[in-house]
Amino acid sequence: MDVIYILWLRQCRRFFRSGIRVLLGFMQPLVYMLALGYGLNAVFVNSGNGSYLQFIVPGIMVQVILFTSMFWGANVVWDRQFGFLKEMLVSPVSRLRIILGNALGGVTVSLFQGLVLFIISVIVGFRPCNWALVPVAILFMSMLSMAIVGFSAGVGAMVDEMGGFVAVNNFLVIPLFFLSSSLFPLDHVPPAMKVIAEFNPISYAVDAIRTCLINKTHFGLLKDFLVLAFTMVITICFGTYRFMKIQA
Amino acid sequence: MQPVISVKKLCKKFGDFVAVNEIDFEVQKGEIFAFLGPNGAGKSTTIKMLTTLMQPTSGELHLAGFDVTKEQDSVRKSFGIVFQDPSLDDELTAYENMMIHATMYAIPHHERNLKIEELLKLVDLWERRMGRIKTFSGGMRRRLEIARALLHHPQIMFLDEPTLGLDVQTRNLLWNYVKELNRLKGMTIFFTTHYLGEAEDVAQRIAIIDHGKIVAMGTVEELKAKTGGTRDLEEAYLMLTGKEVRDEILDTEGVNKERNRSIIKAKTR
Repeated sequence: MDVIYILWLRQCRRFFRSGIRVLLGFMQPLVYMLALGYGLNAVFVNSGNGSYLQFIVPGIMVQVILFTSMFWGANVVWDRQFGFLKEMLVSPVSRLRIILGNALGGVTVSLFQGLVLFIISVIVGFRPCNWALVPVAILFMSMLSMAIVGFSAGVGAMVDEMGGFVAVNNFLVIPLFFLSSSLFPLDHVPPAMKVIAEFNPISYAVDAIRTCLINKTHFGLLKDFLVLAFTMVITICFGTYRFMKIQA
Repeated sequence: MQPVISVKKLCKKFGDFVAVNEIDFEVQKGEIFAFLGPNGAGKSTTIKMLTTLMQPTSGELHLAGFDVTKEQDSVRKSFGIVFQDPSLDDELTAYENMMIHATMYAIPHHERNLKIEELLKLVDLWERRMGRIKTFSGGMRRRLEIARALLHHPQIMFLDEPTLGLDVQTRNLLWNYVKELNRLKGMTIFFTTHYLGEAEDVAQRIAIIDHGKIVAMGTVEELKAKTGGTRDLEEAYLMLTGKEVRDEILDTEGVNKERNRSIIKAKTR
């Protein structure tokens, strides 16, 4: 427990000490939220779908968590490059606990960013339909973060240098985000796109959070939960397996 | 007496390339043992296998009485290591780096602060304990890494080229610490270096590895005698490895390419 805590603390310290980068991390999602939320609001309202800001906030929260969690695997690459990985690997701590402590740090950082963005969204006019369901939304955010951190840790363990990690990261993160239900409802999109979005686990995270926050569902909360839980188990197994195989 | 490090027919292959080729040696408790050899001879690979970072292809490895491949946790508690490359978290302070180590090695809570203070004072870094590592010089980092490796009272200390890139003063200081640790605590020291003067001054016994094979082993005097009464260790070393080094330089590209290919293959597998 002690070890998991200290490695978690290490990741949190590294993040909160990065100064201005903490703030810069919010810029992109904030621009998306404000520019799209207000810019497309009239079109969305006219098509009879209600407020676009209300619709897009859950999607943007998923964006923050997806991007931060996906980039978290870079820490594995950095730890290898700067040598701290070796210090952890020769210690008598099981690799499972090493990855768990560090990954929980990644999840905490992602959740923190998601929550700050949620607070900002409330300030600019977003209203959850039921405050009592906000903690459930946070639970789904945590599940999403764990799933993505698990995956990116696995990728981080597989690549040797930062360039490779960034390439894989970029290759995946943009399609995962845009080909989900983050920015638009799946009711009126072309069938091919709908099929892709239905295979994309991110859609289920968005749907779950949207259900909790604005009571609009596409797949149903139970299905969202099952898909997310399944994805989480698979990616965490993948991440742990790849991390176990690292030879420094 | 039971040797504290025992290596039998140790072998490591990367694809077709044999990095370490059936080597045997023993290190006795309390001994200062130098492991020398040209670049690419198999030194670091051997240390990685001894310290559980790499699985041997075949052979037997025992550290402090434990089987290195089977009893990894016990083995890991028994040694401290200062790596060839830095292994500190740059974003954290000296104290935080020490605390992570103390926690990972399960040092009892009430002892942690005291031990950290004692060791940071030993390496003259107590005043800088709240400084972040990225503000530290190479020498300070090395001293901190040594202090960190000592936190859990290891029986054996591995030092992989610990003085690389350090100035003469820091090198001097470092070897004085090491000799003192050996004298006062009976700690076994296993180190590699390219500065043969250091090995001659500090080591009680020396093994020389080349092309993955141990080509000579013994005290400095024995090595000098073996090479026909050479003047010093450097001359003896060059007699033992010199010709092959020149051959290796001529052939180095081929070997390295082959080796890299094998490593890449091994990794992707």
